[in-house]
Amino acid sequence: MLWPSILAGLESFYAGLFNFTWQHWVMFAIGCLLMYLGIAKGFEPLLLVPIGFGAILTNIPFSGVMEEHGFLRVLLEGGILTELFPLLIFVGIGALTDLGPLLENPRIFLFGAAGQFGIFLTLLLALALGFTKLEALSIGIIGACDGPTAIFVTTNYAPQLLGSISVAAYSYMSLVPLIQPPIMRALTTQREKQIMMPTVKHSVSKTTKLVFPIAVTAFTAIIAPLGASLMGMFMFGNLMRESGVMDRLAKASSNELANIVTLLLGLTIGATMQAEQFLRLQTLGIFALGFVAISLDTVMGVLFGKLMCFLTGGKVNPLIGAAGISALPMAARVVQSEGLRYNKKNHLLMHAMGANTGGQLGSIMAAAIMLSIVNALGIQ
Amino acid sequence: MSENLAFGLTLTIVGMGGTMLSLWLLSLLTTALKKLFPVEPKKSTGAEK
Repeated sequence: MLWPSILAGLESFYAGLFNFTWQHWVMFAIGCLLMYLGIAKGFEPLLLVPIGFGAILTNIPFSGVMEEHGFLRVLLEGGILTELFPLLIFVGIGALTDLGPLLENPRIFLFGAAGQFGIFLTLLLALALGFTKLEALSIGIIGACDGPTAIFVTTNYAPQLLGSISVAAYSYMSLVPLIQPPIMRALTTQREKQIMMPTVKHSVSKTTKLVFPIAVTAFTAIIAPLGASLMGMFMFGNLMRESGVMDRLAKASSNELANIVTLLLGLTIGATMQAEQFLRLQTLGIFALGFVAISLDTVMGVLFGKLMCFLTGGKVNPLIGAAGISALPMAARVVQSEGLRYNKKNHLLMHAMGANTGGQLGSIMAAAIMLSIVNALGIQ
Repeated sequence: MSENLAFGLTLTIVGMGGTMLSLWLLSLLTTALKKLFPVEPKKSTGAEK
């Protein structure tokens, strides 16, 4: 009587091992690759390392982390499916972002719109490749170049693709310094690359900086109410920063809160990368389309920069169009280094930061508009 | 025209147009706020007199 129960107990030691399939091992390798990219190559380590580790945890047979009441399942249901984590991260991003360069030159807002065009063009491509409407929409949002926005939209419309879309979004964000420069060089002439832009004047009052977040939240709530929570949390974070009387909360939002949520978000996203859902041909398609999305954002941004250059009689350097995406401040740094490459005295950083923050707002606005259109069309 | 293509084109045209229009309106709003709340000129100090 005793031996059978002891043997049955021993089974628990090797049950996991014998239930490993090659798919689990592949997911282990992918998890390790993500951690390697984060640790050894410095690609978005704060996210890729937890995602990689979460991917390993979730692919251990009988680990139970994604079963009902498993801790990652609890985090998924409480933090991601409710959209809580992306919104909390937006408070932190808002508290970190200086909108000053954008407010100095409001014309630069338009670069933030052009930098989102890749979203919509990629959506068309995804539809052509056979993805469903809501999947195509979620894949297109990789072009927002903004992890929390991608998670927010995907959670709403294609939760089954959450793992692959999130990993693609964060991976390509970290690759912006590699993806953008060749496109920028190819699309601009030598003369355009060397255009110098006047230094930014300090023409924004403190009152403007205080009223702006409230006004933009109200504006978004009117234009695209479904995006009001995203924009509202970003702007609330920014209001805390600019108020000057909430330093403790602003710092806590941009440090402790953002760090804790990033950690939980990364692990949970990793946990959605279960072998049976992730190891499909469509995952490769999503990664390819994500690359196309960010490349198209850059192409459209630079082309819009050329248009602005033409319309202003050569006063705008088209390179800053590449910063009209949401990867803040990476895209702005790329523009600065490209500008300096062709003219050692050409410091485009402040203008590029303006376009970059415009891209941040543009990506939220584009997502909000997409959500509103889909809602209006009644697509489920 | 297939349903998917119609959906894609609708979202692309309205989405791109809507994003551009809303950011243009935001730029107008910002310009208006800057005019409404201009930077106050620095008060000259006694020493400068």
